[in-house]
Amino acid sequence: MASIAMVDAISMALAWEMSIDDSVIVMGEDVGINGGVFRATSGLEERFGDQRVIDTPLAEGMIAGLAVGMSTQGMRPVIEAQFMGFIYPMVEQIICHASRMRHRTRGRLSCPLVLRAPFGGGIHAPELHSESTEAIFAHMPGVRVVIPSSPARAYGLLLAAIREPDPVIFLEPKRLYRLNKEEVEDNGEDLPLDVCFVLRDGSDITLVTWGSMVKETLEVADMLTGQGISAEVIDVATVSPLDMDTIIESVEKTGRCVIIHEAARMCGVGAEIAAGLADAAIYYLHAPVKRVTGYDSIMPLNKMEMKYMPGVKRILNAVDEVMEVS
Amino acid sequence: MPVTIASFKIDYYQFLSPDGRLTADDMPPLATDWDELQSLYRLMVTTRIFDKKAVALQRTGKLGTYASCLGHEAAHIAMGSAMRPEDCYAPSYREYGAQFCRGVKMSEVLTYWGGDERGSDFSGPKHDFAWCVPIATQCMHAAGAALAFKLRGEKRVAVSQVGDGGSSKGDFLEAINAASAFQLPLVLAIINNQWAISVPRSKQNSAATLAQKGIASGLPSLQVDGNDIIACRWAMDNAIKLAREGGGSTVIEMITYRLTDHTTADDARRYRDDEEVENAWQLEPIKRLRKYLEDQGVWNDKEELELLEQAGEEVAAAVEEYLATSDPGIGSMFDYMFENMPPELEIQRAQALAESS
Repeated sequence: MASIAMVDAISMALAWEMSIDDSVIVMGEDVGINGGVFRATSGLEERFGDQRVIDTPLAEGMIAGLAVGMSTQGMRPVIEAQFMGFIYPMVEQIICHASRMRHRTRGRLSCPLVLRAPFGGGIHAPELHSESTEAIFAHMPGVRVVIPSSPARAYGLLLAAIREPDPVIFLEPKRLYRLNKEEVEDNGEDLPLDVCFVLRDGSDITLVTWGSMVKETLEVADMLTGQGISAEVIDVATVSPLDMDTIIESVEKTGRCVIIHEAARMCGVGAEIAAGLADAAIYYLHAPVKRVTGYDSIMPLNKMEMKYMPGVKRILNAVDEVMEVS
Repeated sequence: MPVTIASFKIDYYQFLSPDGRLTADDMPPLATDWDELQSLYRLMVTTRIFDKKAVALQRTGKLGTYASCLGHEAAHIAMGSAMRPEDCYAPSYREYGAQFCRGVKMSEVLTYWGGDERGSDFSGPKHDFAWCVPIATQCMHAAGAALAFKLRGEKRVAVSQVGDGGSSKGDFLEAINAASAFQLPLVLAIINNQWAISVPRSKQNSAATLAQKGIASGLPSLQVDGNDIIACRWAMDNAIKLAREGGGSTVIEMITYRLTDHTTADDARRYRDDEEVENAWQLEPIKRLRKYLEDQGVWNDKEELELLEQAGEEVAAAVEEYLATSDPGIGSMFDYMFENMPPELEIQRAQALAESS
């Protein structure tokens, strides 16, 4: 079994599914011979040809619109927004069509498409290349929003996303693309959508996170172990629809919760989780639920981006606050 | 000295004049195909009777907001009748004539505008797209369908259209660009009815034609009299044949006129003169075709009366079916969201049922 980075796990999953399902088509800007600007589609055109790995004209709205049309006619397009900052022309096609096609035609037509996009900060990219706006899509009924946080989960969740009969927005934390390698077996086994992954069992506090913040959150959990605090770490993975049951069950056990996400705070997915806990687990809580998030300011250019993103220190401070309440 | 490296022109075609005469000696075969012309005439008249009834239903509180197709019958029926069942149609929201050719039922149109999603689960080809409200976005769906057909090596064609207003949108321009880049089996009509709600054609841009937008993407592009069913159908037949044979996409601008309000929620008297509308009535598509058929001795008053009676009965039956439609039920708000319903939605479904009982 090979030890591979997340970006390689993504191309491995694409290759697996393309090899077993002729209806799977990869489409986007520079996804062909160039293998994508992050190399997530590297080698695919060579292996499957330019009729299945399609370099499109430079028009994001068109890519999404074509995918809506193709997916209603029996194909499974996996399209790429080169960066999440370029996803917005696609939003109309996703919100006005892909998300509602099954519903509005009473199941006559549907859109089994996957929209992949690298997102998040931390790689010193130019302006508009570093935002985390998953909540825009999470707010829209009719689409799933899935965010992997490790090579193995990227592989298994992307396979599941492609196999899902409804549209999936698959957001790839680009800071994690090449950060840590792990062994991933190329066996075509998918992982379940719509459920959280409990990455670490704990009894004193629940840390809920997803995407690139899983890295810092696990580091914090390690530090807390040294302080005699047992932290449970949950990777939400599918941020919409949200698996509140797993989070509630954990908080009923620990009585304390900190939610960590890179996106801005206002109407972020963390707010939904906190509201869910207030609704269903408030009598189990020993302390207020805290959120550690990006600020409600514009994502800065690269000099200040790490100050914007929650780091270990800010997460530890929030944990301290929550643990201090007796 | 500059060297001309490319030059372009847009040809305009009209075969049947507003007074019902053929405009030249060299006519497409359709001009003397009496069975086909009678069939098209019947569809146009029936569509107009349906349309009038739908507006009346809205005015009497029995239908929601409705977008009339009055005046567009030739353009719409030319599109729908030129297609094969296996082809794919992506309408916007007023091309009922095209959809009736495809097999969509009148009662389904009414069900949709009556506020019930089941209208979009129509009896037409199950692969056809449903009505499309965001302007011009349907062009990209047709392009996507055409790309799917092309990649699978199927001899199928996708057809869609925009209005004069919609031709200003990037979605339309991106669709014709994709059609060119991928050499798609796609036919796009620009149904230029002179008005985008209250904004006239002259405010969309200052170009001589809208068809020339297709030239920018390297597509064969032409303009026809959109009230002339012979010209519209001839252009559609040629474009569909070219597309089916692998020759790529065509843009056809059809010049017509929106003879009534944008929708039943609009009042066109606020922004255009009665005189303009009266003049446009002189050019409308049904009268000229009837005159032509009568002059040729292949249509008469008796047949006309029979048609009106038959169409009236058909529309009345559709209205009856529509008005008898049952309530879709609370559960239907949830049942088609996903094939695999998430647990949270199951909970909300149960909650909605409980709260409404």
